[in-house]
Amino acid sequence: MDAIQIDNFQKQYGSRYAVKGVSFSIHFGELFGLIGPDGAGKTTLIRSVCSLLPPDGGIIKINEMDVYQNISAIRNILGYMPQHFSLYQDLSVEQNLHFFADLYQVPQVSLKDKLEQLYHFSRLEPFKKRKAGALSGGMKQKLALSCALIHTPEVLILDEPTYGIDPVSRQELWEMLHTLQKENITILVSTAYMEEADQCDRIALMHQGKISSLGSPSQLKNAYPYPLYRVSGRDFFPLKKFFLKLPQVHSIQLFGDSIHISFAQKPNETDWEHWKKKTNHILTEWNLLSPSIEDCFIEFTRNSR
Amino acid sequence: MKSPDIIVKTENLTRQFGRFTAVNQVSIRINRGEIFGFLGANGAGKTTLIRMLCGLLKPSSGEATVAGLDIKRESEKIKQKIGYMSQHFSLYNDLTVKENIEFYAGIYGLNRKQIFQKQNEISKQLQMEPYLDSRTSDLPLGLKQRLALATALLHNPPILFLDEPTSGVDPRARRSFWELIYQKAAQGTTIFVTTHFIDESEYCHRLSIMDNGRMIAIDTPESMKKRYKKKSMQEVFGFLIREKGI
Repeated sequence: MDAIQIDNFQKQYGSRYAVKGVSFSIHFGELFGLIGPDGAGKTTLIRSVCSLLPPDGGIIKINEMDVYQNISAIRNILGYMPQHFSLYQDLSVEQNLHFFADLYQVPQVSLKDKLEQLYHFSRLEPFKKRKAGALSGGMKQKLALSCALIHTPEVLILDEPTYGIDPVSRQELWEMLHTLQKENITILVSTAYMEEADQCDRIALMHQGKISSLGSPSQLKNAYPYPLYRVSGRDFFPLKKFFLKLPQVHSIQLFGDSIHISFAQKPNETDWEHWKKKTNHILTEWNLLSPSIEDCFIEFTRNSR
Repeated sequence: MKSPDIIVKTENLTRQFGRFTAVNQVSIRINRGEIFGFLGANGAGKTTLIRMLCGLLKPSSGEATVAGLDIKRESEKIKQKIGYMSQHFSLYNDLTVKENIEFYAGIYGLNRKQIFQKQNEISKQLQMEPYLDSRTSDLPLGLKQRLALATALLHNPPILFLDEPTSGVDPRARRSFWELIYQKAAQGTTIFVTTHFIDESEYCHRLSIMDNGRMIAIDTPESMKKRYKKKSMQEVFGFLIREKGI
């Protein structure tokens, strides 16, 4: 039995399909990432998993319960952190937490311990009298996460929690998710930032309403079909031109201090030495490179355009 | 980077707000045609530094020149030398594509004929003919972003500031966006990039990391990884901010 099962789920707005027949399952205690650019359908899917949108086809289950048929049971075991900061800006950190505790009917006897635990976890205790609107972006997200955890949910769903916050806070937020995972909470998190995929146990790449591939980050990288090289040299533009003309080159991407080139057939050292000569030694260095999730995304969504 | 002329030069540039030092004795040199990245947490001093370089804020002490102009005495002239693009705020969603171009071109003081020319040029370059009369809000994100770039370049500025230009964009669109940036840089435009995203920073020729108002590192992404023996820029950044910085 999986914590979340999604079976051929579809959702449309007017005549436009936001999610087109998506199926996958999330295991108990897993940290699962839904990765895709803006407009891929992530938020629609997440809101549907949270029972906030009725499906136009297919079924979503949490703990074997159809979410849309069991709304109140689902919401008791589910913590949801929406994409946009949705706490009360005029209330203090403390007041927001109490408000959400009341909404979820957290018993007064256990609230004190719960708050202490959340303050410790989020390191927000020194700021508990501060109004939510006066917190930094990173602290707001920590407060939103704390509010989503106030009723001790079994399943936690976060929609782009790292959107717009600085890199230090982002790393802290991911560490908080790893801590929660140790307490056996199942986590579904979405992000548009490909670099965050590596923080997850498994990921689904979402593109134009569909899942284009699914697996652990290393499985996806291993499935990247072309040998990829990091190439550097004294002048990138002539180098790029040179490689563009080679028939065995599959794709070329410029970066700040190198060019990434994937090949349809793996070149050998003789090829490289030959190219070095042919470019008048503008080409200086080449190293086999492990693909990034972004490389995978581009490759695995190529046919679905 | 064929011509090594220095386009931005700062010497002990410092800015205080009351007793708080937002930018602390920053000395940098940036070459023409260079893509230079600013990375740092909120409050590290990036925004204050950039506002000074744009002529929007006077320094408390230190010197700086931008495109040969002194930031203290010639701040008005500096504004004509820079373009600014942010993925989130640059375009008016309620205007059509044509109207956005017209609006920005008007602000930059182009005349009717030049505006017309620019509209044609941009629509051809970005293959936007079918969209000219569409509302900007209806454009695909990747296209919107390239349009924002085109409007930031209407007055052919030698310096372009990009503020998180491609976060959240389809990776394919992002890569074609950066192709445009590399072309611009190769033609001699100097590009500043501020970002919270480490992978975006890897598109820069050189990167700077700020912490508590100071530049704690400036180098190419690759040299930084080598120097601190880290596999990714994410790890370099974490290491510098946590173990060295605070």
